[in-house]
Amino acid sequence: MKAAAFAYSRPSGLDEACALLAADDGARVIAGGQTLVPLMAMRLARPTRLVDIARLSELAFVREDTDAIVIGATTTQRAAERHALVRDKLPLLARALPWVGHAATRARGTIGGSLANADPAAEIGLVAVTLDAELVFRNGAGGSQLRAAEFFLGAMVTALPAAGILTAVRFPVWRERVGVGFQEMSSRKSDFAFAAAAAQVALHPDGTVARVAAGIGAATETPIRLYAAADALQGTRPTPDTIRSAVTAALADINPMADLHASADYRRRLAGSLASRAIAEALENAKQSGGHVH
Amino acid sequence: MSTELTVNSHRYRVEVEPRTTLLDCLRDTLGLTGAHAGCEHGVCGACTVLLDGAAVRSCLMFAVQADGREITTIEGLTPAPGELSVLQDAFCETHGLQCGYCTPAMILAAHALLAGNPAPTRDDIVEAISGNICRCTGYAQIVEAVALAAERLRGANRPVEA
Repeated sequence: MKAAAFAYSRPSGLDEACALLAADDGARVIAGGQTLVPLMAMRLARPTRLVDIARLSELAFVREDTDAIVIGATTTQRAAERHALVRDKLPLLARALPWVGHAATRARGTIGGSLANADPAAEIGLVAVTLDAELVFRNGAGGSQLRAAEFFLGAMVTALPAAGILTAVRFPVWRERVGVGFQEMSSRKSDFAFAAAAAQVALHPDGTVARVAAGIGAATETPIRLYAAADALQGTRPTPDTIRSAVTAALADINPMADLHASADYRRRLAGSLASRAIAEALENAKQSGGHVH
Repeated sequence: MSTELTVNSHRYRVEVEPRTTLLDCLRDTLGLTGAHAGCEHGVCGACTVLLDGAAVRSCLMFAVQADGREITTIEGLTPAPGELSVLQDAFCETHGLQCGYCTPAMILAAHALLAGNPAPTRDDIVEAISGNICRCTGYAQIVEAVALAAERLRGANRPVEA
């Protein structure tokens, strides 16, 4: 369990970091390292150089923008979890973060690192897809952004260019009052999920659904937003039966993963149950709290 | 690579390969063997140390990443040689350990919890040590130890109310 030898650089700015990555095909970015270091220990990853961006202060921030909260890529999961803007304006992310790893890994692990790593079971990616977040990256002198659903291509595979660096993620904030729900199942708390589900709901004053966003993660190679379920529930007063049938229909075409611990059939059923529960939880949350007024 | 670490309030300058984990640096270079090597890939929690006050896994970090940072190991928690901290004493009193392999890490995880939350609920305690595996105790007496230490620390040196 010892990593292979590599060179280490701690660039003082993003330009220098991009140059280091562009100069060496085997170079990789490290921020919190909570996934990369174990992969290196097991020699599943053998980077020739680590470019440490953890201390680039320009990448560590949480700030409010027009109808969005923007989180810098190297913001630790712990810092985001404790941030008042996340708690008040991004309740779905606040609800999901305690499910990410353990306190000791959230102290080092970053928001951007989890997204760039693209583990299918990652909670932050699920929230990003559910809320249709935008991922902002630098690539040499240029840069661009991608919607979360376009960013995740497969298990641990993203659309980030090889020498690109994820710099921030922009989570839309809804103006209506919202309620949130998050559900996850694993063999033990904080282990890799078999399936997870996230939901955010906004209600009209009369109690009917104004907007709903729901997504599932861990069951499939990338998180999936359940647009069909949202369409079916919009404008209605959902009941457990209508939620269940909307979710079941939305999951008809998914292609769940299978492994020793959870078969594809189990993951499909579990994803359906958890998505139904997450939506019900979000509805209840919206009713009880009176929602979040922005 | 030349790296400067402040460990238990002592400043050290060490020469390490970039691939040397903080855990191996503490144990092999600095001789601080209280941080234990368990799984060495971030699953068991036995290598937990405090980095700028937060519990982290020292096997999931290279020593060069800790350059200039403050680290506390179990050796740094005792008030004086031969003495025990309130938390350590509570672990003895409730018999919160058997083989002892996970104990330094459990105590550091609990220390980080109590530093920010003087009155943790049982759920808070369970959550705080959820990343630390113990194969002997069944955890019940560990939770009891942390609750006992919290109670004692709450009662200690409390300012008199006006």
